[in-house]
Amino acid sequence: MSNELEAISDPGLPAHVHRKADHDPIAEKKAERQVAILFLLSAAGTILFIYSYIWISQDLFIYLPVLGTTNAKQLFLGVGLAASLFFIGAGAIHWAKTLMPDEEVIAMRHEMRSDDADRAALVKSAKEGAAAAGLGRRSLIKRTMGLSLGLIGLSPLLLLRDLGPLPAKQLDVTSWDKGTRLVTDPGNRPIKPSDLEVGAVAQVLPQLRAGEERTLNNIGKDAVLLIRLRPEEFQLTPEKLAMTHEGIIAFSKICSHMGCAIALYEQQTKHLLCPCHQSTFDVPRGAKVIFGPAARPLPQLGISVDSEGYLVAQNPFSEPVGPSFWERNTK
Amino acid sequence: MKHLSRYRRHKAAAPLLLLFALLAIGTTFSVASATPSKSMSTFARTAAIDEGRAIFLKGCSSCHGLNAEGGQVAPSLIGVGAASVDFQVGTGRMPMADMSQQAMRKPPKYNAEQVALLAQYVASLATGPAIPTDEVLNYERDGNTAQGGQLFRTNCAMCHNFAAQGGALTQGKYAPTLMGVEPKYMYEAMLTGPQSMPVFGDKVITPAEKLSIIKWIKAAQAEPALGGAALGRVGPVTEGLLIWTLGIGLLIGVAVWLAMKAR
Amino acid sequence: MSARERVVGTVAGYVDDRTGAAKWMKKNLNKVFPDHWSFLLGEIALYSFIILLLSGTFLTFWFVPSQHEVIYNGSYQPLSGLSMSEAYQSTLHISFDVRGGLLMRQIHHWAALLFMVAIVVHLLRVYFTGAFRKPREFNWIIGVGLLTLGIVEGFLGYSLPDDLLSGTGIRIAEAIIQALPVVGSYISYFAFGGAFPGDAFIPRIYTVHVLLLPGIFLALITVHLMLVWYQKHTQYPGPGRTEKNVVGYPLLPVYMAKAGGFFFIVFGVIAFLSAVASINPIWLYGPYTPGQISAGSQPDWYMGWLDGLVRMSPPLETHAFGHTISWNILIPGLIVPGIMFTGLALYPFIESWISGDKREHHILDRPRNVPNRTALGAMALTFTIVGLLNGGNDIISTTFHLTINQMMWFSRIGILVLPPIAFVITKRLCLSLQRADRDLVLHGRETGTLVRMPSGEFVEVHEPISPEKAWVLTQHEQPKPLELSDTDARGVKRPGAIKNKLRNRMSRANAVAVPKVSAQDLKEIEHH
Repeated sequence: MSNELEAISDPGLPAHVHRKADHDPIAEKKAERQVAILFLLSAAGTILFIYSYIWISQDLFIYLPVLGTTNAKQLFLGVGLAASLFFIGAGAIHWAKTLMPDEEVIAMRHEMRSDDADRAALVKSAKEGAAAAGLGRRSLIKRTMGLSLGLIGLSPLLLLRDLGPLPAKQLDVTSWDKGTRLVTDPGNRPIKPSDLEVGAVAQVLPQLRAGEERTLNNIGKDAVLLIRLRPEEFQLTPEKLAMTHEGIIAFSKICSHMGCAIALYEQQTKHLLCPCHQSTFDVPRGAKVIFGPAARPLPQLGISVDSEGYLVAQNPFSEPVGPSFWERNTK
Repeated sequence: MKHLSRYRRHKAAAPLLLLFALLAIGTTFSVASATPSKSMSTFARTAAIDEGRAIFLKGCSSCHGLNAEGGQVAPSLIGVGAASVDFQVGTGRMPMADMSQQAMRKPPKYNAEQVALLAQYVASLATGPAIPTDEVLNYERDGNTAQGGQLFRTNCAMCHNFAAQGGALTQGKYAPTLMGVEPKYMYEAMLTGPQSMPVFGDKVITPAEKLSIIKWIKAAQAEPALGGAALGRVGPVTEGLLIWTLGIGLLIGVAVWLAMKAR
Repeated sequence: MSARERVVGTVAGYVDDRTGAAKWMKKNLNKVFPDHWSFLLGEIALYSFIILLLSGTFLTFWFVPSQHEVIYNGSYQPLSGLSMSEAYQSTLHISFDVRGGLLMRQIHHWAALLFMVAIVVHLLRVYFTGAFRKPREFNWIIGVGLLTLGIVEGFLGYSLPDDLLSGTGIRIAEAIIQALPVVGSYISYFAFGGAFPGDAFIPRIYTVHVLLLPGIFLALITVHLMLVWYQKHTQYPGPGRTEKNVVGYPLLPVYMAKAGGFFFIVFGVIAFLSAVASINPIWLYGPYTPGQISAGSQPDWYMGWLDGLVRMSPPLETHAFGHTISWNILIPGLIVPGIMFTGLALYPFIESWISGDKREHHILDRPRNVPNRTALGAMALTFTIVGLLNGGNDIISTTFHLTINQMMWFSRIGILVLPPIAFVITKRLCLSLQRADRDLVLHGRETGTLVRMPSGEFVEVHEPISPEKAWVLTQHEQPKPLELSDTDARGVKRPGAIKNKLRNRMSRANAVAVPKVSAQDLKEIEHH
């Protein structure tokens, strides 16, 4: 529609409006003074910074509204630095706005594309150069060049091989084995069933063998949560029930979704909640997922007591703990 | 003895022996495990329990049952111990105002004396955790701040947040902030596991460890905002909010000023 | 010639003798830059980057990128005697024992957050004004690249101190890597040098964070700026501004003073924030161990929308033929962001395909005049904001007395339902604004003054708008929709007919607009 109709025309650049400082020497001096004050404020900021750095003690704290009690050295270093920087900028900008020429200038754009003559010349050069190289004719050179360049790309890839070991079966195993005692985290104390009241929760790790050290790698797979319910509250299959002991049930603490530690147990609802993505697991039904993005229940660790009455693992975990991976084939 | 042994094959002999054995073990056990309580004459203690029972019947039995056996809406209080009562009623959580998801801390309905009476009554129903004495609660002396932090982060931070500011549970429940909470209530909460909170018995978190946790929480509370306003100590959410409001807001403001024509 | 002029002349001559720089400088000292506040948003990002380089270099003088375990006995008592990595310990050392250390840490982190904010608002400005159109498509792609790399760089940066919060983030990143089909466990073991957390990851991401990515950033930012310089900046429509000119101020002195001054302003604001607002208090988080977690664990805001997407994902996982594929991780963590960033990068080409417009554009669009583009942008923004809000759902729940379950369901449904609603509302809004513009040009501004005519009726006085304003409201183009035929000259249906039909349809939707006022319309009005 608008193609056929005549558009309203461009009235051109509006007339320039002068600023006070352009024609009034008093206003000009005033603007100069303002710029000067801004620069001086910056200098004051630097002085505050230097003073704070050298003379304010690290242990001094002051109270300010909104901020609360805060470290004085850090505050004044920061405010000093902020002022020293900010007012340089403010001064420069105010100077530009009030005193530097503010008449709009017009510059012409040039078409981005090169002109046809240049393009043709480029094409000609490129063609001549390619012909001189003779790749088109010399297929033996072309093929062997391709081979050598392709092969050399493999070398750096190979150099990356020692970045890490192959996973092998490592993702499938933990330190838990038949008869491994459960110990508190932290504290490393073995646990008896009588130590746990109904509604109690304990963060546990496998007892270390002599000479072994606890590494974060181990904790990342071995961490287990011990929960005590009343035995009649379980709704488990007989085989899962046999993995509990007097109402005490043990689950891997590593979330089956993305590996965060699940230690949050709601005593009344008997739900476990992972704070990372809010997956919710129902303990009486074997840590079955009832809400959130996790797709699998937490692996259960079978527990019983040893001859001295301490809680021990019945067997290693029957499935890999933690997040899923391609090779994982238990549901 | 010869006289007694005449009756050793009497049909009542076995049950009587059993009864005797039970009584012996029972009294030995209760004597051995008795916690020291304020010295009060038996008469005074019974009077206190009666007074406590009277308060209980008036303010608690409608939900918790006439004999504290529990009911549809409230659990049994048999065995919860004086510590539970001191915590729940002392912080005003009980009596619960409305049957919503969670009992919230509010101004207590009963004064300290009444709380003590209620506690004694409930404690008399069955053995349960006792109210920790001041001697037990000396966290400044008996606690270790750094270990307390470690214990807190392992056992408490997943509900209460890394700086004890509180956190969300499911269905609108929440773990409250621990800032400004009395050490006695923190101790009792760990011991009794109120509502959604699990029970942390003394074998799982020893009394010394409990004191370390309390000491760390108090240190975190007292710690000034080292880098400036703490922004709630909840992490990146409030930091992101600040940069999107104050941060870019200030800068856009300056940009507008920069490009504006001067007068 | 004054003494100063002589000295400057000698130096300039010295340099020019060896580089021939005078010619280039002469041309560019007078280069014209249009002046609008919204053109400074990219500068905020640029200056934040420089501040990141400066503050980051400071931090590298004390930071130790090692996961080797040590026992802490520094000045922060609540961690005394605890086992931690050297990375965490060195960060504590910077925070408490290096004067100005905590300030610099906070400047670095606030600058990082601001860098990402500035990139996003700059992207929004460029998108909604159509500055990505020819000849600036390459710059747009570079910009999207900077956005993506910025997210990665920030994540790696805040993971370096190895504290509980960022360590949790690394655990989640490892789960994403591990979830990749076929190669996941291998790539994870290669990245971490073995099992998680291992002791190789922090030193390796340190190299990426201080060397590789900054190098790539410097290169991309340089090209980005060179393109802006060489292609000249776009400008808003206005009187005297055409596709063939640039109206503004010269580099020397005005632009240099303003832009240079703005650098100090940005630095000053970041320093001020770092003085008064605490950020990333790692001493409160504690050192990382996989057995601990805090309530309210979130990544920094620019990853919050990804976290939100992961949180709202349905629990989809397939187990078949002995293998597991975690769709609940791959879809929100990789596939959806991949589609979004690819779509974003390709957008200039998608739009020019729909509109058929292959010309250069240097005058910006007013967003209301391109309702489809504006509505699409609002839609994408709504999608991202729902994700972002869900990323903080636990903190939002406790603050506003909601439940995480409610927020989750709101997000799951909202992320599908709200964006189309936003599209429709925005498009309608744009068309209304076009109508309002048309009214303004035809009838002038309503002054609110009522006049009683001799005949007795009341009439509101309208003041005609200035010719400059009328120009701004009518200078935009309203191209006709494409009408690509699906048959060739002889009436035979050509291949690609479906593509053309789709293109036609989208082009028609794109061209929906309120017709702008023409000179004839104005003449007609005059006779009223």
